[in-house]
Amino acid sequence: MNRFAWLLDRLAYEPRRNAKLALIADYLRSTPDPDRGYALAAMTGGLVFQNAKPGLVRALIAERTDPVLFALSYDYVGDLSETVALMWPAKHGANAVPHLPEVVAGLRNSGKTELPRLIASWLDALDETGRWALLKLITGALRIGVSARLAKTAAASIGGIAPDEVEHVWHGLEPPYTELFAWLEGRAPRPQATDPAPFRPVMLSHALEDGDFAKLDPAAFQAEWKWDGIRVQAVSGTRPDGTRVTRLYSRTGEDIGASFPDILEALLLDGALDGELLVRREEAVQSFNTLQQRLNRKSVTPKMLAEYPAHIRAYDLLVDGEEDIRELPLGERRKRLENFVSRLASPAVDLSPPIPFGSWEELTAARADPASAGAGADAEAVEGCMLKRLDSPYLPGRPKGYWYKWKRDARLVDCVLMYAQRGHGKRSSFYSDFTFGVWRTSPEGDELVPVGKAYFGFTDEELVELDRFVRRNTLNRFGPVREVTHEAGSGLVLEVAFEGLQRSTRHKSGLAMRFPRISRIRWDKPPREADRIEALEQLLPA
Amino acid sequence: MRPSELLIPTPAGLYCPPADIHIDPVRPVARALITHGHSDHARAGHGAVLATRETLAIMALRYGEGFTSSQQVAEPGAVTRIGSVDFRFVPAGHVLGSAQIVVECNGLRIVVSGDYKRERDPTCAGFEPVPCDIFITEATFGLPVFRHPPAREEVNKLLESVRLFPERTHIVGAYALGKAQRVMALIREAGYERPIHIHGALATLTEFYEEEGAPLGETRLVAASERKALGGEIVLCPPSAIQDLWARKFPDPVTAFASGWMRVRARARQRGVELPLIISDHADWDDLQATIHETGAGEIWVTHGEADALVHWCGTVGLKAKPLHLVGYGDEGEAEPELAPNEATPSEAPP
Repeated sequence: MNRFAWLLDRLAYEPRRNAKLALIADYLRSTPDPDRGYALAAMTGGLVFQNAKPGLVRALIAERTDPVLFALSYDYVGDLSETVALMWPAKHGANAVPHLPEVVAGLRNSGKTELPRLIASWLDALDETGRWALLKLITGALRIGVSARLAKTAAASIGGIAPDEVEHVWHGLEPPYTELFAWLEGRAPRPQATDPAPFRPVMLSHALEDGDFAKLDPAAFQAEWKWDGIRVQAVSGTRPDGTRVTRLYSRTGEDIGASFPDILEALLLDGALDGELLVRREEAVQSFNTLQQRLNRKSVTPKMLAEYPAHIRAYDLLVDGEEDIRELPLGERRKRLENFVSRLASPAVDLSPPIPFGSWEELTAARADPASAGAGADAEAVEGCMLKRLDSPYLPGRPKGYWYKWKRDARLVDCVLMYAQRGHGKRSSFYSDFTFGVWRTSPEGDELVPVGKAYFGFTDEELVELDRFVRRNTLNRFGPVREVTHEAGSGLVLEVAFEGLQRSTRHKSGLAMRFPRISRIRWDKPPREADRIEALEQLLPA
Repeated sequence: MRPSELLIPTPAGLYCPPADIHIDPVRPVARALITHGHSDHARAGHGAVLATRETLAIMALRYGEGFTSSQQVAEPGAVTRIGSVDFRFVPAGHVLGSAQIVVECNGLRIVVSGDYKRERDPTCAGFEPVPCDIFITEATFGLPVFRHPPAREEVNKLLESVRLFPERTHIVGAYALGKAQRVMALIREAGYERPIHIHGALATLTEFYEEEGAPLGETRLVAASERKALGGEIVLCPPSAIQDLWARKFPDPVTAFASGWMRVRARARQRGVELPLIISDHADWDDLQATIHETGAGEIWVTHGEADALVHWCGTVGLKAKPLHLVGYGDEGEAEPELAPNEATPSEAPP
């Protein structure tokens, strides 16, 4: 456990990707089975423990610490595992430090009644770093800046093979992956169980910059709408025994299929689709707000499936039947895609239509008014255009010169800072979650009504200034939330950028912003000059 | 006399009406008593300053000889009477010259501890607990997540890394007053004998510490042209420099930062620190509690830092306590927020 904890600790402080790869590869090379296999499983999200949950950790610390001091500490540190690891009372003469395989077996096999005592005995025996690593394992979110893909890339490197090779055999393997390491070290043949529906790394685009148009030929490009959903890869394959395997991956390769059975059952043809996951009902694509009802759900109810039917709007095909077509140019792949989607004939999958245009001026006009340029009823879910070179192969990562995204210009509104809360993760211990409002008329005169919350968009230096402003202008403290001065004559104006606006019953203002962020701090502007609610209401979809 | 008649929190800092003086004022005042030389406690522009010899010297080095119209040395342990109030300076163990100020009038004794720590520091006199009725404490690290490991272990971590990466420069961010010199002294105690290289911003105070007898060994100023040749060496610089272009000119630098904040991982990551060294000149959670008990005070006032948690804890052990919400203190980065001299603009009303 100590070596594993040391690895996680080093990774947490290491910002450089190559150095992370080297650290993981070095660990995998020098650590015996089965320890290294469980470590790899932890980094790829492959360890799930039925009974070991964050709630149990909270209960254990609650028995040992003052609840107010715990709440204040958690608020400050911003990470449950780390807070508990730091606050856990030292116990001298505790048991020997457990080994990683012992911990994994204990977490897997122990019942709900014996688990708390077991975990407490490990926490007593470990040092702060060890406790932190153990708690990360239990709570399931390592948050050390290592994706599943990165960990697999490091594993592949110890055998000198391409990361995709590991992806192909991955789903046939189980922790602690002894077959995989035997193969990587040349002691055994490639594992037989190849995955019929593996993840393939996605191709990403660059933001279009001023002056790019002068260099680009419109005839060499295909344009599509940029949909405001989540990027997914839907893969279907057949095992040697004839059974079907279907998977839905996020753009980073996390398997999110469990939340979307309605999509999985539509994937009846072997192949790999690249597209946007959306909610589509009454013949129209719904807002991202609606899609959020379906995200990050462990289980889905029939009611949810009926109310928020998931849909894939496909824009690329990576595998057609058995054939990997990623080398083909986009123009060819597009024909294959159209054919594939029509053979699939599922209401849950349709094509993302190309935008007809002959010049950049025409595309600019289409982007400004998607509804009349072909997007029709779906225009609300358009957040800009994608430009893709017709001759581009499908390449992993963000290759230069092939794909561009041209987002719709963000909306800007001047709001007044009203409340602040400390952030989590990277922003922990700074006041970095900001609730802001705009003016509206009330019987008692003008008042500020909260319209949104943002926790990024500012630089690290601006964060220090914002944090200082909050500390110096606190009016009230409500637990972790600080109310800051917000009057017509004194307070802080924030220019907030956002992508779209929806009606919402959850917010006092009746509005919900999509993707709000702080675009500028208006130290110069008095709050009375901030915007009014009417300015926002004009932006609502009819 | 009621405690609230002897010392009251004001936007300018703690004020003592019967003596008409402020302690560590954040705004220019007629007469100031100053606990130590960090720029948020010791500001320029007061009419008269009473402080220890070392603190006065540090202020003169930082602000020039004209930092105040008149100055008076507070001899350690000696009593200075101003109006009807007796003041006494007692070592606080924070940095060279740092003192607690014992304020006594009509049998009521209040100790203003300034910033303090209990761990041994080879570069300054150790903290001496003074029995009192009211103890005024900081709470920079006033949360139970802050338990500083022994500083010598943290320095060993640094030297271990130097052995592991003999070709890389180890750049250690450390506050210019106190922390940098303490880290150097601890490096010497650990047996490291090579010259220690320092950033120009540390030179004046390091020289002052050496004159005062701190065992820092050989220190060398880093010349811009020789940075490339400093692989394998230890370089100390102010915290703001570790992310500067200046730091990137060294061979494959390892970035370290000596601060109590390094206990929290996100804090280290926010600064891009690869080698966090948990070395603090402030009392940690356990030492804050131990110190409060040792003074025997029945009432605790908390000046700055994580006051809520410390005040809550006092309640759980039957001590009367209140936060003063003093604004403007933050020890050049060791307490938040970071402040440059003369920058404080207090706006929170005193309770």
